Amino acid sequence: MLDVLTGFVQELRRAGLPVSVTEAADAAEAIRHLPLEDRQAIKYALGATLVKSSSHWRAFDTAFEVYFSMRGPQYDMEGEPSQEGDEESARGSGRGAGRGEGEAGAGGGELVTPEEIAAMLYKALRDGDQAVLSAVARLAVGRYAGMEPGRPVGGTYYLYRTLRNLDLDGVLARLTAEAAAGMLASGGETGVETPAGPVLRGRPAGQLTALEQRLLEDEYKARIDQLRREIEAEIRRRLVADRGVEALARSLRKPLPEDVDFMHASREELVQIRKAIAPLARKLQARLARKRRHLRRGALDFRATIRHSLSYGGVPAEPRFRHPKPTKPEIFVIADISGSVAAFARFTLHLVHAIAAQFSQVRSFVFIDGIDEVTSIFERSETVGEAIHRVNQEADVVWVDGHSDYGHALNVFWQRWGQEVGPKTSIILLGDARSNYHAPEAWVVKELRHRARHVYWLNPEPRSYWGSGDSIVEQYAQFCDGVYECRNLRQLEGFVEHLV
Amino acid sequence: MTAGTAADTTDARDEAARATEAAPIPPWSDGLPTGAPRFESIGELREALATVAYLADDGLAGVVYLADRLAKPVLVEGPAGTGKTELAKSVARVLGARLIRLQCYEGLDESKALYEWNYKKQLLRIQVENAAEPGERRAGWQEIEDDIFTEEFLLTRPLLEAIRATEPVVLLVDEVDRLEIETEALLLEILSDYQVSIPELGTVKATQIPLVFLTSNNTRELSEALKRRCLFLHLDYPSVERERQIVLTKVPGISTELADQVARIVRSLRSLDLKKHPSISETLDWARTLVLLGIESVDEKTATDTLHLLLKYRSDIDAAAKELNATKPGS
Repeated sequence: MLDVLTGFVQELRRAGLPVSVTEAADAAEAIRHLPLEDRQAIKYALGATLVKSSSHWRAFDTAFEVYFSMRGPQYDMEGEPSQEGDEESARGSGRGAGRGEGEAGAGGGELVTPEEIAAMLYKALRDGDQAVLSAVARLAVGRYAGMEPGRPVGGTYYLYRTLRNLDLDGVLARLTAEAAAGMLASGGETGVETPAGPVLRGRPAGQLTALEQRLLEDEYKARIDQLRREIEAEIRRRLVADRGVEALARSLRKPLPEDVDFMHASREELVQIRKAIAPLARKLQARLARKRRHLRRGALDFRATIRHSLSYGGVPAEPRFRHPKPTKPEIFVIADISGSVAAFARFTLHLVHAIAAQFSQVRSFVFIDGIDEVTSIFERSETVGEAIHRVNQEADVVWVDGHSDYGHALNVFWQRWGQEVGPKTSIILLGDARSNYHAPEAWVVKELRHRARHVYWLNPEPRSYWGSGDSIVEQYAQFCDGVYECRNLRQLEGFVEHLV
Repeated sequence: MTAGTAADTTDARDEAARATEAAPIPPWSDGLPTGAPRFESIGELREALATVAYLADDGLAGVVYLADRLAKPVLVEGPAGTGKTELAKSVARVLGARLIRLQCYEGLDESKALYEWNYKKQLLRIQVENAAEPGERRAGWQEIEDDIFTEEFLLTRPLLEAIRATEPVVLLVDEVDRLEIETEALLLEILSDYQVSIPELGTVKATQIPLVFLTSNNTRELSEALKRRCLFLHLDYPSVERERQIVLTKVPGISTELADQVARIVRSLRSLDLKKHPSISETLDWARTLVLLGIESVDEKTATDTLHLLLKYRSDIDAAAKELNATKPGS
């Protein structure tokens, strides 16, 4: 057990979780107090001792499922389960889905026809039966995933194949339609037992209201999500059996949300970053406000000192100071939103606007080869997310061909808004400075530097790429107060804190 | 395991094994009074919590159980209104223990959290000595000094009180994330060794180890030192089934159907993109209101009219009302 545990701790560290030696020792101590056969209890015990941040839970979860996966003959890769496996799956599926399908399930993946699986799936989702759901997951993986032993993959492909064959959207549509129709026909007497049972039972016949419809759909979606998780777990189990724990852990390892590279994030990772950005902004906001309040004392407040001295008989024993009013910077964000760096610009705009209270004014400009001011879009929108969506649609940023032209964009900026840049303004330029070999017009940055308080450049590319190919960041860099590599949330957070 | 990776993984394992062996002797292994365990098993704990109307899931009960066995504090984190403070209160109720609560805020210091010398009383003591009749013997400087730094002149604050208590206590340090990072250090000695050092008196050690809960709303990252000493528990919004159970237990006179509907609607609302999602306490408020209004089944109109109990932002209420009333195309 200790061996498995140390391996597990190593894996967590490799995935980027900070696990200290004491914490590992705590974990070892913790599992001594628990029955080893209780997998859930062990999981929570390890989680409580090793993971100290909720955003790391996902990484922990994946690693745990791999290292402490269910192992046994019934999860063999070959798809021919042994006798015990047979009985178990037969019992599991037999309970809810009827004897016939149960038997078919017992034969392992090969003997079940797609129609039978589809029927079982439909029933499982309709009745929300746990046991049948996992049986379906097992069968579907056996039937559709087409897993080949020894292939070094993480299982995403298998998951995709299984899900595509199950046609979950179709099932969802059918379920919703039938539930509505069933209500109409049976009027809550007998007939189809709808999954929304307690909600709808006993209601007179009639069209489902929008609210009921919605609740029903959410219920089905929750069940489908659960099925998806079951399938993922099943695939993982088989992969572990095939390739061993550590090899699989390596291919499943994903960077933590704050370490994901903006430029190469997958769609799923982008969603995660978006989720992580709201609490990050809140934290940053609280931290910055606190910092401002605790900044050093201001000038001597003569009146308050004299008044306070009265309690010491007129001796000014305790001098009083004014509260300092540190000036809030004014921020101009000028962002390249062309395809290659769009995600980066989006997150930075999001973060800067989320903490807008820390600045006296935030103005945003976006460009590709033309440039447009989008401040008003942010002001008019309810949420930052909505604003960013509208920026993409409404901003007028294409001048000629829609390929980045930093020179022209900066030139236009200088002509139209250059006069508004003052000594309180900090300018943040976002982009990779890949200008498709157009003229850089670096003099604009130089002029801006003269007028503004600070000019910063954030580049989402790794530092080693700067200056290669059509990247002209070096030409601008000489006029900036600082050029920062900003590839993930962690670096972005660091910069924003530095800014205030 | 494939042949190619065997070498480096065994290396890594050895390293980890060495690291574990070299770990310092954990503080709970000796020197501390180890009382009898408070709970027999996780299941028992969960049932006990259920009797005081706190529904724990497996993870939660498991962590509290471990906190008792390992004599470690629990750091509870999660969105507002998911029952973090309630957990500590319920555990105290189950154990029949006194709950000592330290509410944290910016500017909290030693004298409010740990102890303070009652200097007025000390002053009085000195003046009494000075006012003695000429014929009487006067105490020397040393004697007075020894005398005024005794327990008689010590004002205990929550943390010290929890340590010195002889009866069973549960210590709740609420909203620990509001402390400044420097003040956090105040807690460290207590959390790891269950003792308080007072320069004039020496070290006060706990006679019995209190169960300690710290809660955090995660407005800032807590220091590594603090996190390392605690078991971490993340409380999130509950599943539909658990929320329904909670509503049924906490709201008297509610029907199963209504509770079920409430739980489902709240789940739908939580899946929306809102500024602030409804918490458990807001769900309960809503359910109570529905019962008071004598509503048996929620339809769009009642839902929309009472949304302000669940959501606290104008824009959220508008968005949710729009969403709940939207008729799906094709239905």
